[in-house]
Amino acid sequence: MLTIKRVPTVVSNFQETAESLGCGRNCLGKCCLPVSKLPLYSFKNEAKDEDPKGKNPLSVPDEDPTIDFLNTLVLGQWEDRLSRGLFRYDVTACESKVIEGEHGFIAQLNEGRHLKKRPTEFRVDQVLQPFDPRKFNFTKVGQEEVLFRFEESADEKAHYFDKAPVGTTSPPNVVAINVSPIEYGHVLLIPRVLECLPQKIDSESFFLAVKMAAEAGSPYFRLGYNSLGAFATINHLHFQAYYLSVPFPVEKAPTKKIARTKGGPTKGGVQVSSLMSYPVRGLVFEGGSDLQALSDLVSNVCVFLQENNTPFNVLISDSGKRIFVFPQCYAEKQALGEVSQELLETQVNPAAWEISGHMVLKRRKDYDDASEDYAWRLLAEVSLSEERFKEVQEYIFEATGLVEESDEEDELTQAETPFLPATVPPAAPHFPEGCLVSQ
Amino acid sequence: MEAPQRRDRLVGQSLTSRYSEWVVEALDELTDNFLISDPCISGHPIVFASPGFLKMSGYSREDVLGRNGRIFQGPGTDRRSVIEIREAIREERTMQISLLNYRKDGRPMWILFHLFPVFSRDDGQVIHFVAVQVPISGRSAVGRRQGQRCLGGTGSVVGSCRREVCGEMELLCNLTVDSFVDSDNRGLEAKESCEVGDLEKQKAADAANNVFSTLTHYSELTGRIVCRTRCSSAGAAPLPSSLNISLGRIKQSFVLTDPHFPGMPIVYASDAFLSLTGYSRQEVLGRNCRFLSGPETDDEALQQLRASIEASNPCTVRILNYRKDRSTFWNILHVSPVRNATGKIAFFVGVQIDEAAKADGQGLSPGMRQLGAVGAVKVAVRSLSAGPGPSRST
Repeated sequence: MLTIKRVPTVVSNFQETAESLGCGRNCLGKCCLPVSKLPLYSFKNEAKDEDPKGKNPLSVPDEDPTIDFLNTLVLGQWEDRLSRGLFRYDVTACESKVIEGEHGFIAQLNEGRHLKKRPTEFRVDQVLQPFDPRKFNFTKVGQEEVLFRFEESADEKAHYFDKAPVGTTSPPNVVAINVSPIEYGHVLLIPRVLECLPQKIDSESFFLAVKMAAEAGSPYFRLGYNSLGAFATINHLHFQAYYLSVPFPVEKAPTKKIARTKGGPTKGGVQVSSLMSYPVRGLVFEGGSDLQALSDLVSNVCVFLQENNTPFNVLISDSGKRIFVFPQCYAEKQALGEVSQELLETQVNPAAWEISGHMVLKRRKDYDDASEDYAWRLLAEVSLSEERFKEVQEYIFEATGLVEESDEEDELTQAETPFLPATVPPAAPHFPEGCLVSQ
Repeated sequence: MEAPQRRDRLVGQSLTSRYSEWVVEALDELTDNFLISDPCISGHPIVFASPGFLKMSGYSREDVLGRNGRIFQGPGTDRRSVIEIREAIREERTMQISLLNYRKDGRPMWILFHLFPVFSRDDGQVIHFVAVQVPISGRSAVGRRQGQRCLGGTGSVVGSCRREVCGEMELLCNLTVDSFVDSDNRGLEAKESCEVGDLEKQKAADAANNVFSTLTHYSELTGRIVCRTRCSSAGAAPLPSSLNISLGRIKQSFVLTDPHFPGMPIVYASDAFLSLTGYSRQEVLGRNCRFLSGPETDDEALQQLRASIEASNPCTVRILNYRKDRSTFWNILHVSPVRNATGKIAFFVGVQIDEAAKADGQGLSPGMRQLGAVGAVKVAVRSLSAGPGPSRST
């Protein structure tokens, strides 16, 4: 069994006191939630939408009032919790900068995030682990940390109710604050919280996350997912999200088209690309006429990765229109003692946000000294080796029925990045043999 | 005045107020394809579309004025290119990229997109963005099947379609175009790999020069001179246009004030604030908020406000305010400090709720919408002075 020791992030004020299960304190468990009233946002049910205009991929909503709505709801509720003092610190008082260089990695100095916590042992060689009710999970969270429920509407319209009884008919998805935010608006989306699902992607939950990105309608509100073994600390299904009004380096990274699903861009065909000149190897999924097609393909990929015990991270960007998947092996390397002491000392846990280029640093020294070279080296450690990535990619293609575009095509598609200078930071240092994830 | 009407009027006056009444006629005479947009108006709308552009895109002028440039994007538009354009706008710089846009009838068109900002000479603020759009020749692409190479263009070379390229920027592009030959107009895919030729690049550069010299010439008539590069200025730096664009999306009534200047002047006022108070933007920018007070305004509320600002704390007060016409309204005012990327207070935001106004928040309470506006301002300001690129120094 491979384990690493790390300081767990405190995402809820109830994390420390999770032992006392006796209730009567408005938690998210079966005792309290079904008889509670919470704000409810229900997004429109596309399947019920008879209006062909809504389905036309060419109609880009210009001033859709509902788009502004979810943003206002998330931000307003979050600001309200801030004024009630539920967060461990004011994240907007944390220093932040774009590191000089061509990629624009973003560094934040956050000295408060990991204070006063002792390292805990985490098993990192099992991407799927059964839900353990004895450990902290989101049913133990107090309702004051919940912002609203996020459900699909029964009809073709979006709805909002300030106080909706939760009831027992449909399993509630909740959006809660992360009390240790890494940026403004940091929240957790917890699908069907009462079902106590382990951290494991399924197509329905994944679509919920994609839908949240789309409904928020802001390219700066992104969702992330970390599998076990890829720096998820809580084995209870959740996605994270926050606002950051600058592009992430990974969003600007050049890509190479490698496959497209049938149908072409206007018929639900999804474009698959791989990241180029980026320290972490990853796949990019985009396009298609509807979000469902894109979401289904990516969730299939995730399901495949987790079933094959490959840890991974996901970034849902551009309002759900572009999704990045990064298989990774850092935790395993760390457990095997193959990560340099220098990098370990920074205590940066390379999860979805870090991999996308937003690095939260805990020490002033690391923040002041942060350079593009440093960020690149850290992230390069996360990446699968080229050989291993190729292998994983082939498996993925086989499992999802994707067909790789021919090499002849490649030659020309490589020239696709006209605006980036030809120079890139040194290639990732070559990988020790040990970066193989057990199958 | 209703906010939408106010916005229409702003769109209509965006060019004439800066470049005089005659500029529209002069721009109409240019044969180039281009759009002009105004980042200071909510939604960053298009304020001018050249006849050439309208002909190329199939839209009428009424279709596009007041809308955001993203209406031309479609499912085949490369998302990373969109991010690059967004970045250039954020950083207020010139950029050139080939882009797949869509005509009104849904047909895609490849264009060489050339964007440049126009700055005000006096304060260095970005007044407009000009987007020149040169159709990329040889891209009509009827019935080309996937994998087949582009044969079009002048002096085409069968097989690779690489034309001689000189000039500083090599614009390589790999293109996927729908060829639209089947009945529902969503057809076979054609894959092309072409380089943007000199011809197009020259055309884009010429068009940019034509538009810019027209704008400069007419700005001299009003004395509100524009320039193509940012000129440094004394005094308060203008808000970056990226911040203007982000703030413009927030529908509530609010102002930003800058505590680093004496008297905490207003540096931003939302359209809804102007509607609520009856003032024009020029009348409020640079002034302290106290012009909203009047003889009946409660001193205690004002003192409470001052104390909270002094202590950098958020606060909410109910205060009697006066409109320009001296009519009064009860303002549920929330004021909060707003920090930039360095964690320092850059502004204070004040969000107003007219107590008598009907709630139209689709179920969201006025208080929640108020906090939502505070949050949106915090998110927008949080990216300021985040690093390389123009930023506001405070």
